[in-house]
Amino acid sequence: MLRYTIRRLIQLVGVVLVLSLLLFAWLRALPGGPVSALLGERATPESREALTKQLGLDQPIFVQYFKFLGRALSGDFGVSTGVQPGDSAMEIFLQRFPATIELSFLAIVIAIAFGIPLGYLAAKRRGGWFDNLSVGGSLIGVAVPVFFLAYVLKDVLSSALGLPTEGRQDAINATRVTGFFVFDGVITQEWDAALNALEHLILPAVALSTIPFAVVFRITRAAVLDVLDEDFVRTAESKGLTAPVIRRRHVLRNAMLPVVTTIGLQTGALLAGAVLTEKVFSFAGVGQALAIGFERRDYPVLLLLIIMATIVYVVVNLLVDLSYAFIDPRIRTR
Amino acid sequence: MALLEVRDLTVVFERKGEQPFTAVDHVSFEVEPGQTVGLVGESGCGKSVTSLAIMGLLPKRGARVSGTVGYEGTNLLSLSDREMRDRRGRDLGMVFQDPLSSLNPVVPIGVQVTEVLERHRDMSRKKAMVEAADLLDKVGIPDPTRRLSEYPHQLSGGMRQRALIAIALACRPRLLIADEPTTALDVTIQAQILALLKELVRDMGTALVMITHDLGVVAGLCDEVNVLYAGRVVEKAERHELFAAPRHPYTHGLLSSIPRLDAPRGQKLSPIKGSVADNIPWDHGCAFAPRCPNALDVCVQVTPAQEDIGGGRLLRCHNPVRPPVVEEVSA
Amino acid sequence: MVTPTRKKDRIDALAASSADFDAGVSLAVSAWRQLRRSPMFLTGAVIIGLFVLVSLLSPWLAPQDPSEPMLIDQVVKARNEIPPIQPGHVLGGDLQGRDFFSRLLVGSQQTLIVGVLATLIGLTGGLTLGTLAGAFGGWVDSAVMRVVDVMLSLPSLLLAFSISALFARPNQYTVIVAVAVVQIPVFARLLRGSMLAQRHSDHVLAATALGVKPGAIVFRHMLPNSLGPVIVQSTLVLATAIIDAAALSFLGLGNPDDRIPEWGQMLGDVQNVFDTHPQLAFWPAGCIIVVALGFTLMGETLREALDPKSRR
Repeated sequence: MLRYTIRRLIQLVGVVLVLSLLLFAWLRALPGGPVSALLGERATPESREALTKQLGLDQPIFVQYFKFLGRALSGDFGVSTGVQPGDSAMEIFLQRFPATIELSFLAIVIAIAFGIPLGYLAAKRRGGWFDNLSVGGSLIGVAVPVFFLAYVLKDVLSSALGLPTEGRQDAINATRVTGFFVFDGVITQEWDAALNALEHLILPAVALSTIPFAVVFRITRAAVLDVLDEDFVRTAESKGLTAPVIRRRHVLRNAMLPVVTTIGLQTGALLAGAVLTEKVFSFAGVGQALAIGFERRDYPVLLLLIIMATIVYVVVNLLVDLSYAFIDPRIRTR
Repeated sequence: MALLEVRDLTVVFERKGEQPFTAVDHVSFEVEPGQTVGLVGESGCGKSVTSLAIMGLLPKRGARVSGTVGYEGTNLLSLSDREMRDRRGRDLGMVFQDPLSSLNPVVPIGVQVTEVLERHRDMSRKKAMVEAADLLDKVGIPDPTRRLSEYPHQLSGGMRQRALIAIALACRPRLLIADEPTTALDVTIQAQILALLKELVRDMGTALVMITHDLGVVAGLCDEVNVLYAGRVVEKAERHELFAAPRHPYTHGLLSSIPRLDAPRGQKLSPIKGSVADNIPWDHGCAFAPRCPNALDVCVQVTPAQEDIGGGRLLRCHNPVRPPVVEEVSA
Repeated sequence: MVTPTRKKDRIDALAASSADFDAGVSLAVSAWRQLRRSPMFLTGAVIIGLFVLVSLLSPWLAPQDPSEPMLIDQVVKARNEIPPIQPGHVLGGDLQGRDFFSRLLVGSQQTLIVGVLATLIGLTGGLTLGTLAGAFGGWVDSAVMRVVDVMLSLPSLLLAFSISALFARPNQYTVIVAVAVVQIPVFARLLRGSMLAQRHSDHVLAATALGVKPGAIVFRHMLPNSLGPVIVQSTLVLATAIIDAAALSFLGLGNPDDRIPEWGQMLGDVQNVFDTHPQLAFWPAGCIIVVALGFTLMGETLREALDPKSRR
């Protein structure tokens, strides 16, 4: 188990190294090269020259790469040119990361809280009206562009529900501790602030949760259908066990294995979806920074955020694989 | 009074857009307390469906069950889902064919034994654990306390089947149904499991319905045998009589397709020709007729009725095999 | 519903034997039989059939020129208003005074091109990499799969965003390339998995033993047998590509030239007027949803029909 974890962590380092190489190449391939990319098109020739020297662009390419790598390892990705001009990329990331975690966490909670029970019910009533309806709904769910749904929620539903549609929190004097606004409100016992931040999370989280929800629903349904056909469920029935025990211990515990993997893979969809959703709701998270970064070609910020997104995605999937071993004794005891 | 009394049990599978398929067709038999009864036939003859119908384990949708299954005078088919749930595991136990797939892979063996004790015998988890270890010991699993915390994949095939038997007998049911319990096992293990079953049902006074396609199993275990063909009982007899003088050509065919050590040298095995796919519907005559060496014209025109041929034997055949002469003299 | 597996299968087989059971029907034939009766598949097929038909005929179907700002006077006069529904313009005009209905019709064509080209590029790339890796194994396999794994360890849509950000002046083709590239690793993994499974299968061993050349084995024996999952994935990618293209437009990474309309672009470009003119978003969004649903319905039912395990 430990050896497996270490091997996976080494693989992660490998992936990040290759990615850094790709991103380095990406930066070089940019129109006008990294100098224009970092300073923008309107930079004076003097500052261009200064940066060329500072970045060591007059040196051989592999020296450049190692310098780039060295700076990156010390957390120095440069200064933002478009998202929050003047701030360092790392600063922007650290400031916005908690927001996106809060949002994605709520979204995945919604997806799981609805996806698993509905998937189970649909499988139990396979072929019935509830099954057909919810399968149809989940297929439509993945066909709707996320940002369009976000707009519909924002402009059509928000007024009916009385929920806020912009930002992370209204301008109230809330104490900042961790950067997680809801969590901050709870630990400082500023309940208004916590509730306000939570209200701001709801609509974007719902928009963000649609695709993970649809996927979790369908995987749960398929997994439960498979498990219901298994001999050991028939054994459990032959023992006269009560329906809740059969559902929990025999059906769901086995059906959860593929579902857990799916949830890990869905963090990828969440990261990309956050770019779209946070833009619609002007939600000051990493996704919004990426959206603005793409629009204004803010390469230092993009570089850092893409690397961070990859690390988060890979680490989450590593954690999922490890948890898999804890759920499935066949892997654990091998 | 018989412990189990199955009367005219009929199971019809219905699927949308397809012809209904009668898997079990007016099957009747009895099991006395402590008796071992065999249900014998090829794959698809309806023997497993019969057992699932008795246990109330057939799917609610798609399977239409009629007739009666009397258990100590109560018709199990008329019980509600909940009442049936109370009886399964307590009054009736069942052992299945494939011990690996019949055990939950992600739940420790111990829990799979104790859950049935907690359910029907109101035991605490702690007490049930002690009892479970005792049960595993009784079915011949060495080091039972350690095994309780292990998972099915850590046990050998024979051990798994022993664990399943322990689960089925945990609440000392008066009836045990074993559906091909040895088919998925190695030959050497098969004999051990059969010996174990025989010993347990004798010690506990449990009645056993043994479902098998293997006449060897029947010979070693059953008091009485029902031979099924295409969903109907074609012959019923006490074990020794059946082996000594099979009357139905199908039973005869089954017996003569078994290799025997005492057979004269050079005698060829005679397999039954064709397969179940060659059946004709019972409504039009005898379902076995297309494969039957004794078939007459009448066999494909008139459905044979079940007749009592004396000695507690039942037979459904227009042109039965004649009993061997030796047998008649000695009788 | 609790059903006995093995017994039930036997019963199914028996039940089928009384009906029209041909022993040895191939997977494709039986899949087709199943699909023909599936309302989900038929719905998808009808949607896609109509979509392709409309996109082919749209130049003749469109009542107006989709690029001509013929109602621009009304836009200018009313200030920040869009031309209303009027004779000759069933859905009114867009922000540039062009006939909205004609743009929707003609937009189907570009949308189809984006979807099909992106899928073809992703498929070809994945086919090449996957075949290389799966057919030869060894170090070729390791090298190819490392690259594929790095690509897969980036969330796919994020990768598409990053690729389009590479291009200084995005156009129709940069969108297609960005959407297509992220599909390459998916196809590659799929192909490799299927090939690897087959490399040790009896029919490939038999062909090898008979002295069939490796190239012929790959192309005549292994590839055709891997096609099922590839076809399924392609159908699903057609839907994803169209939706992803809309997301690119939304982030300002799409094709800025809107003379020739495309649904994703039409939807992505109206984000600033969504609250005042929601109809400009609803129509293209509706079209995208219906078409994406059509492809998804076909893909999912195909997957189920081609999966021998799920035939029940």
